[in-house]
Amino acid sequence: MKQIADFRLVEKRDYGRSVLLRIRSVQTLPNIAPGQFVQVRIDGSPTTYLRRPISIHDVDFQRNEITLLVQQVGEGTRHLASANEGDIINIVFPLGNGFTLPETGENILLVGGGIGIAPLYYFAKMLVEKGIRPTLLLGGKTESDLLRLADYQKFGDTFMTTEDGTLGEKGFVTQHSIWQKQSFDKIYVCGPKPMMKAVAKMAAEKDIWCEVSLENLMACGLGACLCCVEDTIDGHVCVCKEGPVFNTRRLKW
Amino acid sequence: MVNMTIDLGRGLVLRNPVMTASGTFGYGEEYTDFVDLSQLGGIIVKGTTLNPREGNPYPRMAETASGMLNCVGLQNKGVQYFMDKIYPRIKDFDTNVLLNLSGSTLEDYVKGAEMIDALDKIPAIELNVSCPNVKQGGMAFGVTCAGISQVVSEVRKVYHKHLMVKLSPNVTNIAEIALAAEAAGADSVSLINTLMGMAIDAEKRRPKLSVITGGLSGACVKPVALRMVWQVAKAVKIPVVGLGGISNATDAVEFMLAGASAIEIGTANFIDPAVSAKVAWGINEYCERHGFEKVTGLIGALEC
Repeated sequence: MKQIADFRLVEKRDYGRSVLLRIRSVQTLPNIAPGQFVQVRIDGSPTTYLRRPISIHDVDFQRNEITLLVQQVGEGTRHLASANEGDIINIVFPLGNGFTLPETGENILLVGGGIGIAPLYYFAKMLVEKGIRPTLLLGGKTESDLLRLADYQKFGDTFMTTEDGTLGEKGFVTQHSIWQKQSFDKIYVCGPKPMMKAVAKMAAEKDIWCEVSLENLMACGLGACLCCVEDTIDGHVCVCKEGPVFNTRRLKW
Repeated sequence: MVNMTIDLGRGLVLRNPVMTASGTFGYGEEYTDFVDLSQLGGIIVKGTTLNPREGNPYPRMAETASGMLNCVGLQNKGVQYFMDKIYPRIKDFDTNVLLNLSGSTLEDYVKGAEMIDALDKIPAIELNVSCPNVKQGGMAFGVTCAGISQVVSEVRKVYHKHLMVKLSPNVTNIAEIALAAEAAGADSVSLINTLMGMAIDAEKRRPKLSVITGGLSGACVKPVALRMVWQVAKAVKIPVVGLGGISNATDAVEFMLAGASAIEIGTANFIDPAVSAKVAWGINEYCERHGFEKVTGLIGALEC
């Protein structure tokens, strides 16, 4: 069941352009699937009217905590990043559909680009809990884009690319040598749209099952306003309600 | 106990003055986790056209200062789909379920209204002659007295329940348009639909919306909406339903003081999905605090 609730910011970690926000509720959390997202109300910013959809980076059900990894891309997210520990963060959650859980024994590749690595953390954690050790391929423009790398590396073999070559192989995730060396049963991708399209194309060529997580501009987050639509084989569908995770076969990419 | 009942005429009786605006509340189902629908006077479900529409391409939304622009373009699966698939799911909601009906041609409006007339649990149509986001029809009917007169009188011939006509603010004199709707047989008018607007991405030197222009809504339009409701309420004898930027109970009371018999909550549903029920309670609280035994006492009670 979806909820609207006040959380308190209990930890804030500064990563330069991005910020990690750990927020706690006094209520017991509902079930939250990896790949779902929250809509954060931005308080006190006169130019920010709507909530901001943010992916769920991690969940701690014992402590009723949700962690968000937020990149400052505009006025709304800049304002959110300026919150202080102790501040109230109001969210509507959990929204959308998460990643499809793979079967035990399948070879899984998680591909993250830039801040798109955020939801893969919670997903990788859940996979490991279920006895599935994923392979991770994380890309960024430069070294400092690959946040919490040591924490991601705990989940499985982790490969990196940077466009400037400061970390891992130089280039895009689609150019990494891993594609020549290993085969995968399922690929899960979150990152900038051009990157997701490129990975989806490769997956299609290799006939590999692939899911991507989209982040179209949203207003309601509930499937009511029909603003965040993506073109699919079933017509225009709401990313917030029918996504944000889509099997690439459904998309008209 | 404040009597919150509002009778809009021809069988449309609201438990309280609060309804949710078309296009901002889906089919109600999207909000049942947040709002007990029986706390509302009514819900007006997504704009529906006789034939299915894919709507406009993405991007369909641009945030503005205290508001937003949209150019959804009436994406919907058509009246027949509504009747077959959606109506059975929502017909037993414990509130009034109104359908917002739009069209491209006069024939579409008439045929659509005729079909909806057969649905027992839909007590009213909100006739949308004011959508700024479709190329043909829509707002074209709503911006001239002749246009609105024609579409309302033709629909009136086939539709026997409450006919609410949603007016466009993108006109020179909205009171004249409202009078034309009234003369053609409207039971009530609702206003305002969105204001035509535009947003530009300066860095990319491109419009932010796929079809360049869109409809502005949200808190920023409230003063315009309030003024128009006041003007229309003075001009017509039928009930006026006010909307445009209502975000809390105080806003709602202001619209009623300006002459609205009921109100609709639109874009505010996106920021607080539970806002509609809160507004209903807040109006009740206002009436108690100011000694109104009936909410109808607020209608047009502006002292000026």
